[in-house]
Amino acid sequence: MIKKVRSHVSQNEPLIFEVSSPGKAAYQLPALDVPAVAPEAALGGENVRADIEGFPEVSEVEAVRHFTRLSTHNYAIDYGLYPLGSCTMKYNPRLNEVVARLDGLAWIHPYQPDELTQGALEILARLEAALAEITGMDAVTLQPAAGAHGELTGLLLIRAALSARGNPRKKVLIPDSAHGTNPATVTMAGYVCENIASNDRGMVDVEALARAVDEDVAALMVTNPNTLGVFEVNIHRIAEILHAKGAMVYMDGANMNALTGIARPGDFGVDVMHLNLHKTFSTPHGGGGPGAGPVAVKRHLEPFLPVPRLVRGGQGWRWDYDRPQSIGRVRAFYGNFGVLVRALAYILAHGAEGLRQATLDAILNATYVRKRLEAYYELPHQEPTMHECVFSDSRQARHGVRTMDIAKRLIDYGFHPYTVSFPLIVPGAMMIEPTETESKQELDLFIDALISIAREAEENPELVKTAPHSTRVRRVDEVTAARKPVLRWRPDPAF
Amino acid sequence: MYPQEFRYTKEHEWVTVSGDIATIGITDYAQKELGDIVYVDLPRVGDAVVAGKTMGSVESVKAVSDIYSPVTGEVVEVNGALAEAPEKVNQDPHGEAWLVKVKLADPEEINRLLTAAEYQSYVEAVQR
Repeated sequence: MIKKVRSHVSQNEPLIFEVSSPGKAAYQLPALDVPAVAPEAALGGENVRADIEGFPEVSEVEAVRHFTRLSTHNYAIDYGLYPLGSCTMKYNPRLNEVVARLDGLAWIHPYQPDELTQGALEILARLEAALAEITGMDAVTLQPAAGAHGELTGLLLIRAALSARGNPRKKVLIPDSAHGTNPATVTMAGYVCENIASNDRGMVDVEALARAVDEDVAALMVTNPNTLGVFEVNIHRIAEILHAKGAMVYMDGANMNALTGIARPGDFGVDVMHLNLHKTFSTPHGGGGPGAGPVAVKRHLEPFLPVPRLVRGGQGWRWDYDRPQSIGRVRAFYGNFGVLVRALAYILAHGAEGLRQATLDAILNATYVRKRLEAYYELPHQEPTMHECVFSDSRQARHGVRTMDIAKRLIDYGFHPYTVSFPLIVPGAMMIEPTETESKQELDLFIDALISIAREAEENPELVKTAPHSTRVRRVDEVTAARKPVLRWRPDPAF
Repeated sequence: MYPQEFRYTKEHEWVTVSGDIATIGITDYAQKELGDIVYVDLPRVGDAVVAGKTMGSVESVKAVSDIYSPVTGEVVEVNGALAEAPEKVNQDPHGEAWLVKVKLADPEEINRLLTAAEYQSYVEAVQR
């Protein structure tokens, strides 16, 4: 029995430009009590304009209602389960928000001198230490603003270290199950990307890897557990193969939610990795930002970390810019500070035992989803999975229903879709990551919805293929949007 | 389904040779798996391509996938019509939507590729 359908009111909302009428404003200024100055005289004529053409004019309540209504058009973790595989859409505890909003932290300015920001620096230092302990690495930079930014920083560190040895090398190897950002990062860092095929267990083919590693290889970029949610059980052997040829192991830490408190990349041969604080450490994903992608390294890469580095001296914490081998800054100031505060709050609120428990619960939840859905959806890889699982749409495809259709139909049941068509090594992939923050009740609602959709795919495939049916906007035409993009709104002349 | 005179790769490209010029495209199976294609990124005339190496990419609503060159040589012509009409790859992958023409470094090279019958059974095996 499906209990949850959806919660939204169905009122459509025009663009704010369309509700604008001239002269409306959401403010009222008191009469001028000083002599008026011509803006042209004060600012220079070229900097002054009489009007901003097309600028929306609405009252305060209209502005509030417009954005409040729009906010209900969205789906969020605060509405319900958000099973977007590989994204770790866990609940963001309110405690994080309280701490980040403390006056002393919310109002701090990056230009304040070190002696007035010792508390903030201590937060950063403690977060660096905590992340180093969790990953088993020796040093951490908090500068990168997102996962892919961390990847680029990590590869630039590898390039700098290899260059210091005399040869930056040419290639970076990437398993075919990797995140799409990995090959992009490799190219950005000036390397050539080489694909390593997975074996039939969904893991890096160690023999193929051994054949591919030569003196031209700078590094392997590996995600562990990989995008199938499968732990690379040969990771020690993989690291040995790379290290024997003087190459390094980069780990994409996107899936650290499966390892935190249980296994440490620093203990299984990783030289450098990034973490996604907005995934594993419960900071908001925002609308694509701000995130944080700290990079953790082994001792031999520490001299190359971005400046400035946080160091403790007689006067307390200070920023050290004197690192001649550093790759330089990768971001203005010191990273997304508010996000870093939230991550430390999360880590300290959980403690070591709590972090470990969260990981175990994440694996338990994903395994529960997998076991209950195995009878209804094809599971192409039988290896044990950790924090996520990947089904294929092959059974439903016989009725013409593909992964995208099932995902769209999930919206009608009140859930955000899973990750569609990724990883690429599974045709018709349905990638599900429930995270640890979901109760059994919520998981059951979600599973029942997917079981119901599997039945619909057999009995009434058209219903699924034309979903969603209960949204304000029906299925959008992604093909035309991509082929003939309309990149800006223009006023309707008839309006 | 798959033209007898073409040769094929396991990465789902086809190639057909006339003299020392090879015409390259992606197979019907590839376009079906990719879904609606929205952009095709091709090498330029004069670029060198190497058998088994990436020569471009094809973007669908689902994903961006590499195109691997089945042969080694120099690009002599590019199908410019695909820039405006990438949907041709879905409509006529073995004909009008050829991608590039390459002057072969070694005309014998294509004999190492799959025949139509071999490709057909490969695709059936992939689909189980």
